[in-house]
Amino acid sequence: MNLKEVIDIIEGELLVDAPVDIDICNACCSDLMSDVLMFVKPNMLLITGLTNPQSVRTADMAEAPILVFARGKHPSAETLALAEELGIAVVLSAYTMFETAGLLYEAGLRGLGKLPIVRQR
Amino acid sequence: MKNRFALLSLLGGGGGLGKVQELIREIRVGRVMTTSLFTVAPDALMSELKELMRGHHISGVPVVENGALAGIVSIEDLIHALEAAKLDSPVCDFMTSSNLIVARATEPIMEAVRRFEATKIGRMPVLDTQGKLVGILTRGDIIEALLTALQEVYGEAERIQDHPDYFFEALESDSTSLVLRYNVKHLDFARGGDASAKIKQALLRIGALPVLARRVAIATYEAEINLIIHTDNGGTITADIKPYEISVLAEDRGPGIEDVELARQPGFSTATSEVREMGFGAGMGLVNIDRCTDDMSIWSALGIGTRLQMIFRVSPEEAKRNGND
Repeated sequence: MNLKEVIDIIEGELLVDAPVDIDICNACCSDLMSDVLMFVKPNMLLITGLTNPQSVRTADMAEAPILVFARGKHPSAETLALAEELGIAVVLSAYTMFETAGLLYEAGLRGLGKLPIVRQR
Repeated sequence: MKNRFALLSLLGGGGGLGKVQELIREIRVGRVMTTSLFTVAPDALMSELKELMRGHHISGVPVVENGALAGIVSIEDLIHALEAAKLDSPVCDFMTSSNLIVARATEPIMEAVRRFEATKIGRMPVLDTQGKLVGILTRGDIIEALLTALQEVYGEAERIQDHPDYFFEALESDSTSLVLRYNVKHLDFARGGDASAKIKQALLRIGALPVLARRVAIATYEAEINLIIHTDNGGTITADIKPYEISVLAEDRGPGIEDVELARQPGFSTATSEVREMGFGAGMGLVNIDRCTDDMSIWSALGIGTRLQMIFRVSPEEAKRNGND
């Protein structure tokens, strides 16, 4: 799936364009940046409701080429500027995180499958 | 590639034109001259000279009498003899013997190049310090030597680009490393990740495998966020990069962790709701660091501070993993 297809599927708005010439196969959905860093693999799509610059930082660290902001939360200019600088494409989705993810899943994107269960003391 | 050159030149490293100039200044005539040389005696006949030149494809021959240089005879002199139909005359009738232009084995080739330029001659007999004939120098010998020198310089530059390990090996010490230091401010979320991103960039720039740069960046980012969230006055991050191991140290001066073992449990966090709203404080930071490092240790004391050391080993296996990633 390429950037244009992602935008079409979620009826998204492209906020930051970047040359993403990778076929995206997997996505990750979280508002907790440590969770993203824990599980994400390179070239995944990242969906989040967290609109501060740290979401872009995390995408950069996790090597996620496309960042989708869900539930219509428009990120700050500062966040977009950082994405521009780091060459990460940013898409805004008016759907909730669940629905954004659902639409992309329906179109063929997959997650990471089952993960080991982590128990808290 | 440009960046790597910039990095090396900043550190006074090799490569570039400077090194070529240095080589031209340093190379001595004795190193590039032809030593397997043919000579003729002054009383040899021009017809004998003709056979020597034709047989060995040479265009100039030093004339030696009793072991000493007496002159030089060239293909032009042979043409003169042919025109005058005097091939049965001795070499001494046609050779150049006065104002002989010679090169010294010990002089830099730059000097010889200047003499070639000034005189337009094709070759120079080479004498040692005692004035004994030891070789002959042509323009071709000099060009060949310079090409070889250029090849060495570029070969070295290429080796450093392809294998940054050579960069470390080129600097002699018992243990060479590149140290990067960063200050991290308390609650400076806007710049959070700056240090990690820069360390990652530096690693990639000196040729680290992407998979290694990535795990160093992720672990360092978690540590950096911890300094931003949990410290009184921020802290420092120091990356110590060696060819086979990278150590990143995150240090602060308080408040310290009450129970390090508890802090290492997945999901444990003391972060405020404000911090959680920023997407942090999920209690996975140290767990994640543990996953990304080959070795980690935390030392902490309440009221004094915390010291988190992360070790990343660069294994040959990592190269394979990189290929499959």
